[in-house]
Amino acid sequence: MAVISRPSGKVFALKDNKSAFPYLLLAPGLLWLFMFFILPIANLAQMSTKTSSGETGEFVQSYRFANFFDSFMDASGQFARSFLYATLATLIALAIAYPLAYAIAFKSGKLKNVLLVLVIAPFFVSFLLRTIAWKQILGEEGAVTAILRTLHIISPQTTLTSSAFAVVTGLAYNFLPFMTLPIYASLERIDPRTLEASGDLYANGFTTFRKVTLPLSMPGVVAGTLLTFIPAAGDYINANILGNPNTKMLGNVIEARFFKIVDYPTAAALSFTLMAAILILITFYIRKAGTEELV
Amino acid sequence: MAVDASTSAKGDLIIKNLTKTYGEFNAVDDLSLVIPKGSFFALLGPSGCGKTTTLRMIAGLEEPTSGSISVGTTDITDMKPYKRPVNTVFQNYALFPHLSIFENIAFGLRRRGVSDAEVKAQVDKVLNLVELPQLAERKPNQLSGGQQQRIAVARAIVNKPALLLLDEPLGALDLKLRRQMQIELKWIQTEIGITFVHVTHDQEEAMTMADTIAVMNNGKIEQMGSPEELYDSPRTSFVANFLGQSNLIPGTITGNDGDNLVIELFGNKVAVPKRRSSAHGNSVLVGIRPEKFRVAAEGKGATGNVLTGGVVSDVSYIGVSTQYQVEMPWGKELMVFEQNDDDEDFLRKGEKVTLSWEPVFSFVLDGSEIASSGSH
Repeated sequence: MAVISRPSGKVFALKDNKSAFPYLLLAPGLLWLFMFFILPIANLAQMSTKTSSGETGEFVQSYRFANFFDSFMDASGQFARSFLYATLATLIALAIAYPLAYAIAFKSGKLKNVLLVLVIAPFFVSFLLRTIAWKQILGEEGAVTAILRTLHIISPQTTLTSSAFAVVTGLAYNFLPFMTLPIYASLERIDPRTLEASGDLYANGFTTFRKVTLPLSMPGVVAGTLLTFIPAAGDYINANILGNPNTKMLGNVIEARFFKIVDYPTAAALSFTLMAAILILITFYIRKAGTEELV
Repeated sequence: MAVDASTSAKGDLIIKNLTKTYGEFNAVDDLSLVIPKGSFFALLGPSGCGKTTTLRMIAGLEEPTSGSISVGTTDITDMKPYKRPVNTVFQNYALFPHLSIFENIAFGLRRRGVSDAEVKAQVDKVLNLVELPQLAERKPNQLSGGQQQRIAVARAIVNKPALLLLDEPLGALDLKLRRQMQIELKWIQTEIGITFVHVTHDQEEAMTMADTIAVMNNGKIEQMGSPEELYDSPRTSFVANFLGQSNLIPGTITGNDGDNLVIELFGNKVAVPKRRSSAHGNSVLVGIRPEKFRVAAEGKGATGNVLTGGVVSDVSYIGVSTQYQVEMPWGKELMVFEQNDDDEDFLRKGEKVTLSWEPVFSFVLDGSEIASSGSH
């Protein structure tokens, strides 16, 4: 109370005084970003227009912007595949995550916290191990293959591993929590009385979902799809472990150019092209979803 | 498509033996009542008395344990909420945050397949009725509490339900706005003629707006009637104390005198009209509202019923009236409100006084009533 009733002059004076304090708080984060994001990006940008000096691993700056075009043409197949796989994985994750988040938010009662822990439980295991586990699950000895063969959904000769199916489902599996949690958070925020009001205003359960629940959960859907799509589009571990030579994604090309062929300029140019493509795509998507202010 | 009760059902709201049980607890206990078509009905009671549960059962948001609810001849007990001829104004308004004010109000009409042109006409009409036509394109979070409240009413009444339910609709507003909205709601109700069922714990709100009030306590209706009836002739001490304030003095009926009962109150003989009595035996509580008392210095002329031997124990001046606490010889304090409408001297603390009142201004409760039940 003392603070509130104090003459306001001094309090406002403090506010008016452009203090350096907020900037001090920002400093560690900005420094971090500068060191580990801005500098490497600048470095990568420089690298992307270099050409080989003839010696392995030595490049000279020649401002060869054709690197972008050439590398894109060479890897256009993997490019398209990256976006196709990421889109499919995002759709699968959405189809699984939305009902899951809905059930946790509205129907789980006392189990809510347990279920939330289960959603993030896979994070206790490393990404690599989870992907290898997925290989086991889909493997010849695994239950999934056995069941699908018994039910004649797949032929006895068909294997699930080393396939596009394994890569896409692996991506969906690995990024599922990123999809589930934002959707859960936005569903959880919905005032149950607005749902009652919808029923009161002649909307049946399905219409209430379509007209009230879904629109109110869109911020979560947009956030979840972005959090899934962006890393999935750049991923190479799933394609590496679960795929075959015909399921290579752009991430695999970049990885090979960097670490195997030591063709840094091409790898750098591809990285930039991928980044730009993702940026353009999500800008378009957010516009379309009409929730600029919510993301 | 089956006949849609949401447009066809008309008539009185009839509730029969309605009960809602949560485990061992009877939230609503064998409640029966008829709310006439076109009336402004208030369910009044303290929190936890079952009034909101009753309202939610009428809306279809809770399932009754037993009993039935009908509108006219249509039984709606087991009907889905979205099929009922009922709309609700929720306590926190529950406007749809993602829709404009226009679309909020249009929601019910659109669900029933009303044409765009008709929706526009109806929404504009109701926006004019609540005097907020300029807000049609805003979002709910851009509105003040009072405006949201009016939009919530508009969103409900645009559907022309047989019944409008209001769940503490003014609870979130400040006092001044609440008064204004009370008058406006009453006006809207008169204007459109829909039956309003209003749930509130605020007795003044209920008295200002409702034609009929049902006072609820522990899942049952204590008493139902017009505001005047409940105030002048309460039949239970709960009603006497919850609706305004009452002095309840224990006494014994000693005889009759024409239309009056003669009752002895600690040695004072007083008269109360028989029609104002709900007592079963001779042991009674005599009730006198604080503002019905006249207070005068001892020895000055007193007419009607008289109680002697009081001593002023507290005086508070509150502008329109002065409130006295008067300690009686039997050790209880009585409350007296005197209008400040003459130049009589104030009575001072410690002064000896005589209390008097006209017989018609008192009522008699059965002696088994607990005098403090329902006190604020």
